[in-house]
Amino acid sequence: MTPAMLTPAMLAPAAPRTRSARIRWALADGLTVVWRDLRHLKYQPGELAGALIFPALMVLLFGYVFGSAITVPGGNYREYLMPGLFAMTAFTGVIATVVIVAGDAAKGVMDRFRSMPMARVAVPFGQTGADVVTGTVALAIMIGCGLAVGWRPHASAPDELAAFGLLVLLRYALSWTGVFIGLTVRNEETADQLVPLIFPVTMISNTFVPTTNMPAWLRTISDWNPVSALVAALRHLLGSAQAPGAAGAWPLAHPVLASLLWAALLLALFVPLSVRRYATARR
Amino acid sequence: MPARDDDLIVAEGLYKRFKGTEALRGLDLSVPAGTVCGLLGPNGAGKTTTVRILATLTRPDAGRARVAGHDVVTHAARVRALIGLAGQHAAVDEKLSGRDNLRMFGRLYHLPGRLARQRADELLAQFSLGEAADRVVKGYSGGMRRKLDLAASLIVAPPVLFMDEPTTGLDPRSRSDIWTGITELADAGTTVLLTTQYMDEADRLAAQIAVVDAGQVIASGTPGELKSAIGGSLTVVVSDGGALGATAGLLARMTSARPATDPDRRRVTVAVRGDSVTLAGVAVELSRAGVQAEDITLRQPTLDDVFLRLTGRTTEDGTAARSGTRQAAA
Repeated sequence: MTPAMLTPAMLAPAAPRTRSARIRWALADGLTVVWRDLRHLKYQPGELAGALIFPALMVLLFGYVFGSAITVPGGNYREYLMPGLFAMTAFTGVIATVVIVAGDAAKGVMDRFRSMPMARVAVPFGQTGADVVTGTVALAIMIGCGLAVGWRPHASAPDELAAFGLLVLLRYALSWTGVFIGLTVRNEETADQLVPLIFPVTMISNTFVPTTNMPAWLRTISDWNPVSALVAALRHLLGSAQAPGAAGAWPLAHPVLASLLWAALLLALFVPLSVRRYATARR
Repeated sequence: MPARDDDLIVAEGLYKRFKGTEALRGLDLSVPAGTVCGLLGPNGAGKTTTVRILATLTRPDAGRARVAGHDVVTHAARVRALIGLAGQHAAVDEKLSGRDNLRMFGRLYHLPGRLARQRADELLAQFSLGEAADRVVKGYSGGMRRKLDLAASLIVAPPVLFMDEPTTGLDPRSRSDIWTGITELADAGTTVLLTTQYMDEADRLAAQIAVVDAGQVIASGTPGELKSAIGGSLTVVVSDGGALGATAGLLARMTSARPATDPDRRRVTVAVRGDSVTLAGVAVELSRAGVQAEDITLRQPTLDDVFLRLTGRTTEDGTAARSGTRQAAA
């Protein structure tokens, strides 16, 4: 340390008094947290590499390995599979959120955030905002993989955009679910142990095979799984092969509406829960 | 020490229970503006819980606390604008570089981007972290992390700074760096509450020391008052065993206490109170008496001595124990 260690430090800018100024502060804080989360990728390129390899691996595994033995109505399995993988990308993204938030909560940095005069909502909002950015990138990569193996959307541009928007919306709602789980777990190791649970959640659905031939009880679970609603909505919007009899359960008969309702439900539940948990988390 | 209206940190009857253990059992504390207060105690005494309550991170079950006049529970947001917090568990983002950490915290204090970057550069230079600035914090040593943590709490000048065991587990060099930092902050008028397990650290930095045990303040005063109440010890090793008797007699006269003689090590030890004797004074007296001393040691009381004196027992885990001179402790 140099002898004159401390230059006369500046004072913190005065806290905002009006409501609109407070909202601007909270937004600025949220953007800083987004910046921080994206900046992590610069120093942990491995995480990014994993995100790049995973979609390619899934396409290879299901499109060619399992897909070689699966027949679906309509013939082309990869055509059937890709909307399922798009939805799966949105759902598996929740893992990363849980692990990041649980890690933050376990370490001191969350304490520093909470002892600072920053907007308390900024941390969960910033985290979920960053998730939308990384989630969109992951989705774009998955779409690229789909196009590479011959999948094509058969729909109008507005419908394609709607499908894309629906995916990002669900990813956002799931991100809030992940924030809440991460804040509840508060421990990286426990969060890691939760990871395998995402597979039954995404696979007991119409993602990889039609639900029609499943045992009745399992079919009910699959049909009502939010993953199925999203996958059916994507197949509908993108004009992909739709399994016959998919319209058995209400969510599959109205997949777009059902997906929107799922997103609304998750957000209505986990935004207030996460914000509250973050603000009051105590050790 | 009764709380005064203009005291910057005031805690009254803080009580906190965690899953069956009482972390705080009615802790009172008062720190005047512009002073450094040392919260001295062993592991588990309640120091960290106190700091966490004052820094608005934990809610007390009972009792009240004010920082700069604002209640830490009902006006937490106002308190947060006035405090800095540096902890033993360095609260920085491990997955960012040092520079990015400081930039991020600067922006969260709403410094404009250019200013946040400039302030980060300044602090990195001042804390000798320039070389490591662009490396990810995960690879930093304990001392570097602690310095970065302290730098992060100084991005804007907080009128009140809490430091939870700022030097525990650090090498002597980093320790003295942190000490220099705290001293300069205090000189600039910052009110500092630091917790420590080390008597010498509290002695060096704090104007007031509050000794904490089992969730309560059991003694408080200036370092001088505490030390003279507790006392240290003086040890003289003589070259010639024959001089032991004369040395013991001389030390007895100087300290009006009864010295203990250890013929095997040719050593005489005596308890001393406060500033009653100085090394130089002892050296002069010994040479006047014709005693050749190999070594003269004036030892400050440790936390262990304080505890032994105040509670009649040593600290549970012996953290503060300094071996070798224990027999002279009480």
